[in-house]
Amino acid sequence: MRRISLTLILALAFPALAAGAARDTKLSLVAYSTPREAYGQLIPAFQKTAAGKDVSFSQSFGASGEQSRAVASGLDADIVAFSLAPDISSLVQKKLVPQNWVKDKWHGMVTRSVVVFVVRDGNPKKLKTWSDLLKPGIQIVTPNPFTSGGARWNVMAAYGGALRAGKTPKQAETYLAQMWKHVVAQPASAREGLQTFLAGRGDVFLAYENEALFAQKKGQPVQFVIPKATILIENPIAVTSTSKHKPQAQAFLKYLRTAPAQRIFAENGYRPVVKGVTQGLSFPNRPQLFTIKYVGGWTKVEKRFFDPRTGVMAKIQASSGG
Amino acid sequence: MTGRYVVRTAALGYLAVLLAAPVGYVFWRTFRHGFWPAWHAVTTPDAVHALKVTLILVAIAVPANTIFGVLAALAIVRHRFPGAGVFNAVVDLPLALSPVVVGLALLLLFGRGGWLGGHHVVFALPGMVLATMFVSLPFVVREVVPVLREIGTEQEQAAATLGASTLQTFRRVTWPAIRWATAYGVVLTTARALGEFGAVSVVSGRLAGQTESLTLYVQDRYQAFDEVGAYASAVVLALIAVTTLILMTALKPKEETR
Amino acid sequence: MAASAEALPAPKARRSAAPGLAVGLSTLYLSVIVLLPLAALVWRAHGWDAITSSQATSALKLTIVASLAVALINAVAGTAIAWTLVRDRFFGQSVVNALVDLPFALPTIVAGLTLLALYGPKSPAGVDVAFTRWAILLALLFVTLPFVVRTVQPVLLELDTAMEDAAASLGASRAATFRRVILPNIFPAILSGVALAFARAVGEFGAVVLISGNLPFKTEVVSVYVFGRIESGDVGGAAAASVVILALSFGVLIAIGGVRRWATRHDR
Repeated sequence: MRRISLTLILALAFPALAAGAARDTKLSLVAYSTPREAYGQLIPAFQKTAAGKDVSFSQSFGASGEQSRAVASGLDADIVAFSLAPDISSLVQKKLVPQNWVKDKWHGMVTRSVVVFVVRDGNPKKLKTWSDLLKPGIQIVTPNPFTSGGARWNVMAAYGGALRAGKTPKQAETYLAQMWKHVVAQPASAREGLQTFLAGRGDVFLAYENEALFAQKKGQPVQFVIPKATILIENPIAVTSTSKHKPQAQAFLKYLRTAPAQRIFAENGYRPVVKGVTQGLSFPNRPQLFTIKYVGGWTKVEKRFFDPRTGVMAKIQASSGG
Repeated sequence: MTGRYVVRTAALGYLAVLLAAPVGYVFWRTFRHGFWPAWHAVTTPDAVHALKVTLILVAIAVPANTIFGVLAALAIVRHRFPGAGVFNAVVDLPLALSPVVVGLALLLLFGRGGWLGGHHVVFALPGMVLATMFVSLPFVVREVVPVLREIGTEQEQAAATLGASTLQTFRRVTWPAIRWATAYGVVLTTARALGEFGAVSVVSGRLAGQTESLTLYVQDRYQAFDEVGAYASAVVLALIAVTTLILMTALKPKEETR
Repeated sequence: MAASAEALPAPKARRSAAPGLAVGLSTLYLSVIVLLPLAALVWRAHGWDAITSSQATSALKLTIVASLAVALINAVAGTAIAWTLVRDRFFGQSVVNALVDLPFALPTIVAGLTLLALYGPKSPAGVDVAFTRWAILLALLFVTLPFVVRTVQPVLLELDTAMEDAAASLGASRAATFRRVILPNIFPAILSGVALAFARAVGEFGAVVLISGNLPFKTEVVSVYVFGRIESGDVGGAAAASVVILALSFGVLIAIGGVRRWATRHDR
């Protein structure tokens, strides 16, 4: 009698256990702070697809550099999505992300944007180009490229903009130094930068288009201008080497590049990495758009511009007072 | 009598600029669209969970630092051990470290590859508790030490010569004298534990719905341009701090009323 | 008298465990909670040029000077506020008392936002100090407000008014009574609060970072500089800079302890 009931119990329990185990896939997403709302829409959408049916997520959002350092210090992550590629490269060095993370159709990127000028209502100072920023009396607000990795996009946009205008690399560096003399505040992050500008500081704030669009969506009085020459911001995503659920994680990444997912990103202000999802939204093309490769690629750029001791920006900061 | 009014006016003027105006502004930003938007903002599941996390941090850090504070103050003032001066100065050092560096130190210690790594301390509640204890350590000590010095040892010595045990002396003589100081120390420690952001942010891993304290939640709301959510959560923290103060002052015995 | 002299040795013997226990337990706690993380920091410190560059020394000077100024202002303002809250009687006094700890309980981002809105370019009172060194002072005064107030209050509450009454009846002015009778008694408490205020001011990041603008050599405080080092991947340099800051703060705190010992030298 007891033997039969035990078998019965096991027979009944086993499918339940098996089903429970399948539902147990929990993916840990560690991302930078801006796409929080986007992922809030993307994850439920993914869970409605076949691949995402039995997947749950734990999510962590914070400043890109801080999140990268957290993963390096042991924060569990299946998927990492940061603001710029170097924050993932540092994890490759620590063997936490495989070196081939860039080897897919989208070079490891999931969203795009561009650097823009956030200006006062009506653009009273008529700021349209990078050389306009050097007009006498113009006050610039840009996050500190040493406390905000994302702010490096701004610096490289300015540098590349100078190159596009016909300057030599040396002259472009001089341009950066001259531009930096106009900087009147270096907030620690992009969000604080917008706050600083909206609080009344400066004539122009160097921002990313997706953050400006998101702010507009949230009712903030933000007006921006996209210079003719600007950098294409590309935000990377990768599956970690330490992930215990690589197939499901890869499935999520694959989903993020599908049209419905990219449409959600676009509605949150990001330029998509696939075509055909931007009906009704405005992402103007810029004639002199360039990528980080145009200015040397991140590895060279990090060393040449942002080394805290020998970088061009370190020297510019160091000579701004003293 | 004019001296009193000068001091009062100066003090209140200073407080108006540095305290009343900012607190008033926070309340205005919270309630300017009405009470219900603010209420909804702090009763979302994420907000309630963040509040629970903060309360856990406070419930552990404050009693621990209070007991430490009283013991350390007694040790420094009464027991004159070699190195008491150094000990006294070290107690204040946690404040001098910027919060990001506190978090960094804890990551270096308990993170991957650290001396005590691999025990699920950081990116979990224990790490957040340690960070909170670290930054709120000095206050009870700092409150009690001056009072202990001020009251002197005569009464305690008298009690001892009359045959009182250490515990009796402490309970009957020392404790009533340092009760106010300890209470204010608890209030400061609680307020600090409530408001801590930087160190907790670094060691928490910021797992939504799991390791977000209320201060981290404030930052999330700020990041999402949810002004009411951010300020309303700050008001919750402020109300808890004020409640702690009211509790502490309400617990005073009648004979100490001035 | 003879009876109490005979009774003396016994209480001493019973008390011998207590000092050791208090010292031992508190030292253990301090070591685990504070010294261990600090040791990890010192271990990782590497690259001392992070603190010797001119940008770093400028940030350090600005921070130390601002912190000392804030500590001194708090010594005066905090005592005045504590006095008003304990010895004075006015309408709304308990409300004011309840609010004093709020700068502490509010997350520093809220402190920064509030000060920026009230005393920045769009100030409703027309007072704009944002993105200047005054902004740093303002932010630091805000977050250190409760310290001296709360350390002096309990001592004032414990103070026996008999001596003040005696001085008054002997014809001393209020100012003289304060200076000769009250101040010596609350001076250690003031110093205690000053030490806290100084230490907090040196380490403050969140309230200052938004309103100061972080311009190197002008308004960049050392906590922002160190944060920049961490973000740029120079953890060793950040740790080195932090160790130097700690050492300097430690020196100031020891000095404050020395001032206290000198000021109370007649009591021993």
